[in-house]
Amino acid sequence: MTTTGLTTPWDRIHAHWSARTWLRTSHVVTGLPIALLALAVIVGLTALSVLLVWTVVVPLIALPLLFRSVPMFTRLQRARFLAFLDVDIPRAPRRPKERNPLKLLVREARTGSFWRQLAYHLLSPLINGVGFLMVIGAWAGGLVAAEFAVQGWIISESMMIAASALAAVLLLVTGPWVAHGVTALDTIAAGALLGPSRSDLLVQRVETLQESRAEVVDAADAERRRIERDLHDGAQQRLVSLAMSLGMARATLTDVPEPARRAIAQAHEEAKQALKELRDFVRGLHPAVLDDQGLDAALSGIAARAPFPVRLRVDVPERASPTIEAIAFFVVSEALTNVSKHAGASGAEVTVQRAADRLRLVIVDDGRGGARLGGGTGLRGLAQRVGSVDGTLDVDSPQGGPTAIRVELPCE
Amino acid sequence: MRIVLAEDSVLLREGLIWLLGSAGMEVVAAVADADGLLRAVDEHDPDLVVTDVRMPPSHTDEGLRAALVLRRQRPGLAILVLSQYVEERYATRLLSTETSGIGYLLKDRVADVAEFLDALRRVAAGGTALDPEVVAQLLIRRHSDPLDLLTRREYEVLALIAEGRSNTGIAEALTVSEGAVGKHINNIFTKLGLSGADKDHRRVLAVLRFLKV
Repeated sequence: MTTTGLTTPWDRIHAHWSARTWLRTSHVVTGLPIALLALAVIVGLTALSVLLVWTVVVPLIALPLLFRSVPMFTRLQRARFLAFLDVDIPRAPRRPKERNPLKLLVREARTGSFWRQLAYHLLSPLINGVGFLMVIGAWAGGLVAAEFAVQGWIISESMMIAASALAAVLLLVTGPWVAHGVTALDTIAAGALLGPSRSDLLVQRVETLQESRAEVVDAADAERRRIERDLHDGAQQRLVSLAMSLGMARATLTDVPEPARRAIAQAHEEAKQALKELRDFVRGLHPAVLDDQGLDAALSGIAARAPFPVRLRVDVPERASPTIEAIAFFVVSEALTNVSKHAGASGAEVTVQRAADRLRLVIVDDGRGGARLGGGTGLRGLAQRVGSVDGTLDVDSPQGGPTAIRVELPCE
Repeated sequence: MRIVLAEDSVLLREGLIWLLGSAGMEVVAAVADADGLLRAVDEHDPDLVVTDVRMPPSHTDEGLRAALVLRRQRPGLAILVLSQYVEERYATRLLSTETSGIGYLLKDRVADVAEFLDALRRVAAGGTALDPEVVAQLLIRRHSDPLDLLTRREYEVLALIAEGRSNTGIAEALTVSEGAVGKHINNIFTKLGLSGADKDHRRVLAVLRFLKV
C-alpha cells in the first residue's frame, strides 16, 4: 500500500476506507467458500480412497481426480489473489505433458509443489474461516453498534449512545486493519505454498542459463563461420590474385634492372607467405570441409600440416552436432599447435571416437611433458571452450613426458 | 589449348584469364558458378577445365560436384580443380573416377606461375597433378602397412610420384641423381608387389595402391 501523498488527515481517513479495503474484504469473503469447497473435495476424495481402498476401482478413480483437482483449486486461488489483491503468485514450473494417468500420478506425488499446494488448501479454510469471522464481525459489529447508537439517541439513553458510538467507531476503524491483516497472512501462506519453491526456481534458472549459454556458444560458432567466409571471399582471393600477378611479373619481367627484379621477387615471396599464414589462420577458425565432410576429413588436414608425424584415428560412425564438431576440431587443432610450440615432440597420436552420445578425443605426444592447465600454454582456453558445452578436459603430463590430453564432449 | 574456367572471384578469374592467355592458352569461357560451368563445357567442348571447389550458391563443394558430373559425361576431359584448402576427401572423390587428366591443387600454387603452368599442361596431356598437401593428408590417413615397409627416402619419392612428378622432377626436388630415383622407385614397386610390363602404368598403380584410393 502506497503512503506517498497521504498528507492531510482527510487523505488518511479516505485511504482507510478506499476501494483497496473493500477489495481486501471481498478477497476474504470469496476465500471462504473456495477454501471450504477445496477442503470438501480433498477430504472427500481422500476419505473415499482410504475407506474404499478394497474396491480398487474407487481409489483408482478418486486419486487421479484428487491430483487433478488440487492444481485446479490452485489456479482458482491464484486468480482470486490476482483479481482482488493484484498479487501475482508465480506458477510452479511447467512440466512436460504426461498422458499416462498413472505416471502422471506418480510424478505429481513425487514433486514437492503438489504437496505444498495441498497444504495450502488444507490451511486456507482455517485462515479464511477465522479471517471471514473477524472481518465480517468487524464490519457487521460496527454497523450493529451504530444502529444501537441511533436507538440510544431515539430513546435518549446517553450511556447507550456513548458506548455504542465508541464501539461502532472502534470496529469501523479497525475493520480495514483486520482485512489487511487477514489478506496479508493469506498472501504469505499462498506465496510460500502455491508459488514455485526455491528448488523449482533454481531448476528454472538453471534451464534458462543452459539455454542462453547454448545460444552464446552457437552464436560464437556462427560468428567464426562468418569470419571464415568473409576472409575466404575477400582477403584470400585478393592475396592469391596479388601473388599471381607478382609471380607473372617475376616470370616475364626479366629485362628490368636487378634491384627492381629483387624487389619483385621479395614482394612475391612475402605475398605467398602472407597467403600461407592467412590460410593457416582461417583454417584454424572453421574449415568449410568440417561442415561438408565431417571431423575425419577436417582433422586429416591439420594432422598433415603438423611439423611432425601425426597418427590419426577417427571412428565417428554418426556425426555430432555442428557446434560439437567445431569444438572437437578446435581442440585437436590447438592441442597440436601447442605440441609443436612447447612439447618438442617427434610425433603425436590423435584418436577420436564416438561412444553412444559422447565424443572422446585423445591427443598424445612424445614430448617433454610438464604441461599444466594453469600454465600459459593455451590449455586453459581449450578447457574453457570444452567446458562451454559441459565437456571435460583432462591433462596428464608428467615431467619428461609423454603428455596425454583427454577430452569428452556431449554429442548434442 | 582451349580452356573453360570456373571461379567466382572476379579478381582471380580475370587474373587467371590473363595468366593463361599470356602462356599461350585460350580461355574460351570463364564462368562464376557450377551451372555455368556445365553449360560452357557443353557449348565449347574444351580440352581442359579449371574450376574452383567452393562456388555459389551454397559455397561448399559445387565446383567439385560439377567436375564429377563432367568426368562421367566426358571421360577424356582433363580437369584441374583449384581449392583454397586442399582436402584429400575431395581429391579422392575426383580420383576415384580415373586418375588420368586430373589435377587437384591449392589455389596458392597459382602464384608460382611456372610450376602452375607445368601442372596444368601435365593434366591437359592426361597426367596427374596432386598438391603436396593432399598427398600428405592421404599419407596420414592411410598410415598403414605398406608405409612400414618403405624407407624414409622411398616414402618421399612416392609422395612426389603421387604429386605427378617425373623422375627428373623428383631428382631435382630431392637433389639426387635420376639414377637414384629410378632405384628408389624400383624398390617401391617391389615392396608394393607391383611387377608389370608398362612402367608408367605401374607408377599410377603404386600411388593408388599406396593411397588406397
